[in-house]
Amino acid sequence: MEFPAARDPVSALRDVFGEALLHVKEFRGETTIVVDAERTAEVLDFLRVTSGLVYNMLSDVSAVDYFPNDYGDAFDGEESDFRPERFGVSYHILSMLYNRRLRVKAFAAAEDPRLPTATVVWPAANWLEREIADMMGIVFEGHADQRRLLMPEDWYGHPHRRDYPLGKETVAFSFNVDEIHQHKPFARD
Amino acid sequence: MAVAEQTQSIEEQRSWEGSLDQLRGLVSERAITGETMLLNMGPHHPSTHGVLRLLLELDGEQIVSCLPDIGFLHTGIEKSLEDKSYEKALPLTDRMDYLSPMSNNMAYAAAVEKLLDLDVPERGQIIRVVCLELARCASHLVWLGTHAIDMGAMSVLLYAFRERERILGMFEMLSGQRMMSSYIRPGGVWRDVPDDFLPTIKQFLDDFPYKVDDYEALLTKNPIWKDRAQGVGVIEPDVALAYGMTGPALRGSGVNWDLRKAQPYCGYETYDFNVPLGEHGDVYDRYLIRIHEFRESMKILNQAVSRLETVKGPYRSQNHKYCPPLRSELGQSMEAVIHHFKLWTYGYDAPDEEIYSAIESPRGEIGCYIHGTGGNKPRRVHFKTPSFIHISALPVVAKGYLLADMVAIIGSVDIVLGDCDR
Repeated sequence: MEFPAARDPVSALRDVFGEALLHVKEFRGETTIVVDAERTAEVLDFLRVTSGLVYNMLSDVSAVDYFPNDYGDAFDGEESDFRPERFGVSYHILSMLYNRRLRVKAFAAAEDPRLPTATVVWPAANWLEREIADMMGIVFEGHADQRRLLMPEDWYGHPHRRDYPLGKETVAFSFNVDEIHQHKPFARD
Repeated sequence: MAVAEQTQSIEEQRSWEGSLDQLRGLVSERAITGETMLLNMGPHHPSTHGVLRLLLELDGEQIVSCLPDIGFLHTGIEKSLEDKSYEKALPLTDRMDYLSPMSNNMAYAAAVEKLLDLDVPERGQIIRVVCLELARCASHLVWLGTHAIDMGAMSVLLYAFRERERILGMFEMLSGQRMMSSYIRPGGVWRDVPDDFLPTIKQFLDDFPYKVDDYEALLTKNPIWKDRAQGVGVIEPDVALAYGMTGPALRGSGVNWDLRKAQPYCGYETYDFNVPLGEHGDVYDRYLIRIHEFRESMKILNQAVSRLETVKGPYRSQNHKYCPPLRSELGQSMEAVIHHFKLWTYGYDAPDEEIYSAIESPRGEIGCYIHGTGGNKPRRVHFKTPSFIHISALPVVAKGYLLADMVAIIGSVDIVLGDCDR
């Protein structure tokens, strides 16, 4: 069977989305494309359906927190790193046909982080995004199920944030829950 | 006053009555009116293979919808990894998918190697392949036993665990631990194989194919087994892809995708083996695939063991900035002492970059995402685990089947809750 030749995802995206493509980076043979947060779902859908790209599978969605000072104006790392906001969400997509991977990354602000959901493109994003919403506190707009996934429903805070304390936690009971949360101003919603 | 109000609200929240309002939109309207029945399955149900809770909406015995509830085994492994240096984080990865710890070690080690651009010597690669394929057999043996016992075939479990015990014995030989081995490490493996390992594994490779024949004699043509398994839990290939399923669950639907072939690691491209594929995507096909994978693993193991006899040399990278020197060198070389001290106290720095690397575990693709800080601890480690993805797809797979089939479906996609919740 004949398939259309593989296209370069970066140039294909640049043709269609232009300014929404914020940054491109190569590291250890992996391509990272940073896109405008509001158009993430559009970009992912384009990458999935366009012939010559056909990224037909969502491998993983992972989020990273650049707190306290590795993002925005305070960031003094490598020139090539592009970190405008506090939270980065990476969609790792895979093209089985052309046997290659791509990382599409979007940034969300420290205050009220929001991104459009990718569940409209891949149902696989459902739980992966719910996990991030639960553990990182990033709201995925348009997601059909916004309940917590791993942590208990009545949990305060988002454990995978970098300002959430690691260990030395008092066990929360109903009689001491307020006292505990007075010590955790950052972790609160 | 405020305290009284709060107490009241807590009591309201914890009330046993419960309201169905929070389920609105997640189950059908018929469940809200009471026309269909909401039934809680788990978290202690034996066939949920751990602590999975399913909220099932039933019309008679038919499943209308299914809401998996996870997190009972959430141990915060990803968060704990943020406070450990790269090498010291390794034992935690054992504890995710506790049926194939070697695969987790490999996923993590491969990711760290990619982040550091670290080499692995050839002998190390071969030992890794031996471990990974043994782990695949051990994991499939647990799956076979428990899947069969779920479906009413009681004796298979005892046979399967008998052989698994021999594999765990070999892991103990290699690493000193039966299950939480931490044997595969960034740069290679912890130590070379001991002298008595090769005769043991050869004996095992001679026996095991006949044991697989025995399992097949008990199940493959068994009319009860076929009745329970054929045409049940059918996963269409496009559904499997859309929901991101991998491993035997995807190959059972006929999609030819195995990372060992497609994106080889550990030198899998140099081994001769086949990837078994299913046709119908039902429980029976997934069963057949795993049975065939036993035989393919035997093929790989035979090749790897014969290479192990000829290929000598280091089993771990000689880059002592990242891998410790031999213990015997410590008495003679000052530099070795310095490396040793530095590695076991501080560890090593990794670049402030992100990478994603994936391997084919017995259950499917285990992906490891690492974002370094430039220091000796990662900023974020995230594991994409096959069980997590497969449980999220359970509602689509189970829809329309009978409650009794749910047990078969859970068994056939082979989930491990430690893998799912991390």
